[in-house]
Amino acid sequence: MKPPVGPGALLVIVPAFNEEGAIGQVVGSVRRELPGVPVLVIDDCSTDNTIALARSAGAEILPLPHHLGLGGCVQAGYKLAYEMGFEYVIRVDGDGQHDARDIPRILDRLQQTGCEMVIGARVNSAGGWRTRRIRGLGIWFFRLVLRPILGKDVHDPTSGFVGVNRRALAVFRGSFPLEYPEIEALVVLQRRRFRFEEVPVKMRERVAGKSTLNGMKPLYYIVHVLLGVLVNVLRYERRFHKPPSPKGE
Amino acid sequence: MDRLLNVTTGVSLILLLLVLFSVRRAHIRVEYSVTWLLAALAMLILSRMRPALDAFRHLLGLPDTPLALFLFAGTMFLVVFFRFSVIISHLRDDNVALAQRLAILEHRLYGLENHEG
Repeated sequence: MKPPVGPGALLVIVPAFNEEGAIGQVVGSVRRELPGVPVLVIDDCSTDNTIALARSAGAEILPLPHHLGLGGCVQAGYKLAYEMGFEYVIRVDGDGQHDARDIPRILDRLQQTGCEMVIGARVNSAGGWRTRRIRGLGIWFFRLVLRPILGKDVHDPTSGFVGVNRRALAVFRGSFPLEYPEIEALVVLQRRRFRFEEVPVKMRERVAGKSTLNGMKPLYYIVHVLLGVLVNVLRYERRFHKPPSPKGE
Repeated sequence: MDRLLNVTTGVSLILLLLVLFSVRRAHIRVEYSVTWLLAALAMLILSRMRPALDAFRHLLGLPDTPLALFLFAGTMFLVVFFRFSVIISHLRDDNVALAQRLAILEHRLYGLENHEG
């Protein structure tokens, strides 16, 4: 991957673990929608053909030497993007649920508002994707928890369809939750007095694979994320209390 | 009571020897053996010095000596486990950072090789 030329460069990152059923389609749709924008697949030590299929679809590959989990995977992409000088990074999941046609709207919102993060908030669509009842309950619960912490309502705090700018990259390359990062990342940003916005996006059913949140894992997820939020709220660092510099670096 | 103290002495000696042999064979690094050695030594001393154990029991206002001994042992092991949780957390963070760094360097090296080729 070549370093970006000129300001405002965008990198699309796709964290992937055993996504051979969908990764080619995901990379292909991003490249069709955004020709010339590099797509980086961060492979979390897949045991299937994810790397080969992603590469043949035109993606750059960042192969992790061992399994780090979603947060470690995304952070690796953020680190590389920051070091190479990218201004914006948009994360797309590798299971095909996110529609690449929404990426330009997320990028536009990042550029227009200057906020540090834009979340692609999932909306239920007629005949299309619908939030499962248990997941909807979880989202509702975390919305209640996050409202007083963030000082504003967030409609879809668990969405992985997220765009960030360089100021957020500077923070996330040093501090990013390793497991279930979406909600904690919002709190990490809030502690820096950074701003986030939401853009409604369409969701599709996953092309292949199944959710990792099954069995007793939703319960573990809730406890883990609540603890992570609490730790981030209580964490004191002197630099948190300084307003961000214009360049954020 | 004497039987319990003798068993505690035996267990402490076994733990002490186990740790020393492990250090000698480089199965445990010296800095991580210190906590275990201190715990084993403290258990050994308390089980052989009845007055010290009684003083500890009085200090805590406990009704009987075996309870004081087990409370002391339990506290020691909790401290040891906490210390190791801290160490494991640091190692995990370092491990993640190293894996990410390795992946990034490998990616950039691959890019350079392709550029030159």
